Amino acid sequence: MEEIGKVIDQANEQALGVLLSGEPVLVDVVLAADVIDVLREKIILHAGPPIEWNKMCGPMRGAICGITVFEEWASNLNEAAKLACQGSLEFAPNHQFGCVGPMTGMTTASQPLLVVENQHYGNRAYCTINEGLGKVMRFGGNDQTVLERLNWIKNELAPLLGQALRRAGGIKLKPLIARGLTMGDEMHQRNVACSSLLLRELAPHMAVVAPETETLARAYSFIASNDQFFLNVAMAAGKALTDPAYGIKGSSMVTAMSRNGTDFGIRLSSTGDRWFTAPVEMPQGLYFPGYSESDANPDMGDSAIVETIGLGGLAMGAAPAVAGFVGAGAASQAGQYTKNMAEITLGENKSWTIPAMDYLGVPTGIDIRRVVEANTSPTINTGIAHKEPGIGQVGAGIAKAPMACFQKALRAFAEQMGVK
Amino acid sequence: MFSKSASGIRRANGGQMSVLVNLVKHNSYADSVALMRLSDKISGSPGIQEAAIMIGTPSNKEILATANLLGGDGESAGPGDIILAVRAVDKKTADSVIAGWESELNKKSQGLSATEMWRPKTIRGAFEQQSDASMAIISVPGPFAIAEARKALMRNLNVLIFSDNVAIEEERAIKEEAKARDLIVMGPDCGTAIIQGKMLGFANTVPSGKIGIVGASGTGIQEVSCLLAHMGHGISHAIGVGGRDLTEQVGGISTLSAIDLLEKDPRTDHIIIISKPPSERVCSKILAKIEKSSKTFTVCFLGAPLLELSSNASQATTLELAARQAANQEIKPINPVSKNTGAAKRILGLYAGGTLAAEAQIILIDHGFSVTSNAPVPGALPIGSGNLQHTIIDLGADEYTQGRPHPMIEPSVRSAPFLEACDDPTVGAILCDIVIGNGAHANPAGLLISLLSDLDHPPIFISVTGTNQDPQGRDSQMKLLESAGCTVASSNAEAARMAISSIRPA
Repeated sequence: MEEIGKVIDQANEQALGVLLSGEPVLVDVVLAADVIDVLREKIILHAGPPIEWNKMCGPMRGAICGITVFEEWASNLNEAAKLACQGSLEFAPNHQFGCVGPMTGMTTASQPLLVVENQHYGNRAYCTINEGLGKVMRFGGNDQTVLERLNWIKNELAPLLGQALRRAGGIKLKPLIARGLTMGDEMHQRNVACSSLLLRELAPHMAVVAPETETLARAYSFIASNDQFFLNVAMAAGKALTDPAYGIKGSSMVTAMSRNGTDFGIRLSSTGDRWFTAPVEMPQGLYFPGYSESDANPDMGDSAIVETIGLGGLAMGAAPAVAGFVGAGAASQAGQYTKNMAEITLGENKSWTIPAMDYLGVPTGIDIRRVVEANTSPTINTGIAHKEPGIGQVGAGIAKAPMACFQKALRAFAEQMGVK
Repeated sequence: MFSKSASGIRRANGGQMSVLVNLVKHNSYADSVALMRLSDKISGSPGIQEAAIMIGTPSNKEILATANLLGGDGESAGPGDIILAVRAVDKKTADSVIAGWESELNKKSQGLSATEMWRPKTIRGAFEQQSDASMAIISVPGPFAIAEARKALMRNLNVLIFSDNVAIEEERAIKEEAKARDLIVMGPDCGTAIIQGKMLGFANTVPSGKIGIVGASGTGIQEVSCLLAHMGHGISHAIGVGGRDLTEQVGGISTLSAIDLLEKDPRTDHIIIISKPPSERVCSKILAKIEKSSKTFTVCFLGAPLLELSSNASQATTLELAARQAANQEIKPINPVSKNTGAAKRILGLYAGGTLAAEAQIILIDHGFSVTSNAPVPGALPIGSGNLQHTIIDLGADEYTQGRPHPMIEPSVRSAPFLEACDDPTVGAILCDIVIGNGAHANPAGLLISLLSDLDHPPIFISVTGTNQDPQGRDSQMKLLESAGCTVASSNAEAARMAISSIRPA
């Protein structure tokens, strides 16, 4: 037994080392079909573990229909729904193709994708551009305004951002996120600092490459009005950092946590593409006026990739107010969430520190053994979607990764390690 | 957050009306000792028949069901819920108890929110917070205790296991592991220890000094360390080893390690060993270890036959003698007690401390009495054998503590048998103990004398295990007892002798 323990510890040290040594750089914005071969076909990548149409929640179906119309595979939403029912649309998880997407996480051929390159390992990861708040596709919105915005992003914003990034020679995300943490971001529910920092770096390059001032003004105002603009960048960074950590034999480190609105799934370094799933839980949180818990959709999105790299709920201490979403969570207690997470992680990331916690590095590298032992599942900071398609975000709060995922993963891991 | 239900009205045993109310606080947790203390605060209040607050684990629910305290919503509560359960004469009384608890629970959480320290959930987390620690205290449900102890040993920590219900094979295995790492496991079921003046579990505030104690019994350590304190002697360390350490199966591993530790401790001159009689093989190992030691020993194996000891050791048959021999003091002859019933009557002992109950039995037997007990020492008989025998009951035994806190925490378990004894014409003397100190009830003497207010009762002989430095204060506990007409002895053994002289025909 002790021998196996040493093997696992060594493998985990290696896996954590991979996470910590990554160098994510935002390098480009590209058309999805140009970089992901499978997207040349009529396929829709979605958030979370694999799921069939008839098991999808409302917002996921709404987004599927919307993106099908956006891709012009159907002329209207009803037709799109019919195609989905007939089985004429193919679905696959983003995670399988180097992608991640928030909430419903729609990724299809004609969408522009942010490109984050992990320059230490040479791999690239992709995420769509954040659409802003309110009625948006990631929350299942699919009406004309949603599709028009997606078209504007594709035709005007994305090319501008791509050119600006190439002109800038990429933007290093590790130091940018480090700075954001010291400014109160945890990169899941709070991205206001990093969104601003990113815009500050991009602005001169955008100004040079913009075809006209109006284009530039629209781009600036779109980014400036969206506190969550950076979320998708952080997610792509998370994917870029975790992908090289797959395939380390004997490692019990989590490399993905993700939800499709129906199931929560996790993946491990040593078990590769395999998903360990359990029914997703309801987030606990606060609601926008006029909405309540009865309107809420269960937890959804690939965004928990940021918790997988030690941000979001694991970095709660950097963003004290977020703790107030839960019960009597006092802001002064935010650091306790982070300390609790330190009990289920392999180490701290000294590149990303929290000043109010005496520069504690964010707890990084979730170990399924420790999750089960401490009976503490990762805390995930999240937005809350309306359960009906087309309505959008109704609140924000905190969700728990279901313990059953970790228990299942631990059993499979033990079996793989020859432990009975 | 809350759900509440009253499960209707029914008649309790006495034909009295009774209503049960269960309130479930979902997704809540509180320390079980804190909850037990809350339960105890209201037990005995007028109109309350039974009341408890518990986490809704299956075993706790079984306990509540057995106590006729589980109904309605309480039945669906889970391990993440707190059940507030009250059976009272009417709903108003029950509701007021619940309301009182709730305000207590809320008050506490409010008080803590500003200052609450982060508490690690795992040994790893705790160790990372304080990596210079040398000891871990483990108090988890028995089946998990050894796994946690192992994690502590791997971090080079000595371990005190407060938990009971650990398989004896596992106890031996973990003690062997500790020994291989040059560490010690105290327990399982180790309720008392004092290490470098730090009280762990149930212990009394005693001066520091040159006598070391190794004890397989919590109340045994408490009584001896307190008697030493009364005689002006202090202790260096009191090391608990768990009640089964000296059995054949465990082999005395921790007792031997504890002797080694005290042997190396320059502050320790003399060592007292307290236990039930060990197995023969283990006994000879211990005696061989003593023979090689440079220190002097008092060996107190309660109920054991005469032992052949090396010249640096003496045997004590009671806790009192162990303390006196270690302190080099004679036992003063006791004054004959005036109250003498004349007729053949029996002594009934009602004990919170198990080892104090054992000591009482030994003294009775030494005086030629035949004794029955629910926890008989060698020479005593199980309860129900023969008529009109002297009886010593250990109220801390499993059959009395099922679903209740130990009588040292909540002495009210003694109330019913005590009142019965007062009414029983065959009882000529009641023998009791009061154990105070760290972890014990806030006012056990007060609780006992509250039963006596207007009652004819046989003479009561009692001692207080504790010191004046304990929060309850020994003198003030003794005064309370005296004011209610109890005869208060200086030690448990003396109380037993006084009881004996009171029923012996003049």
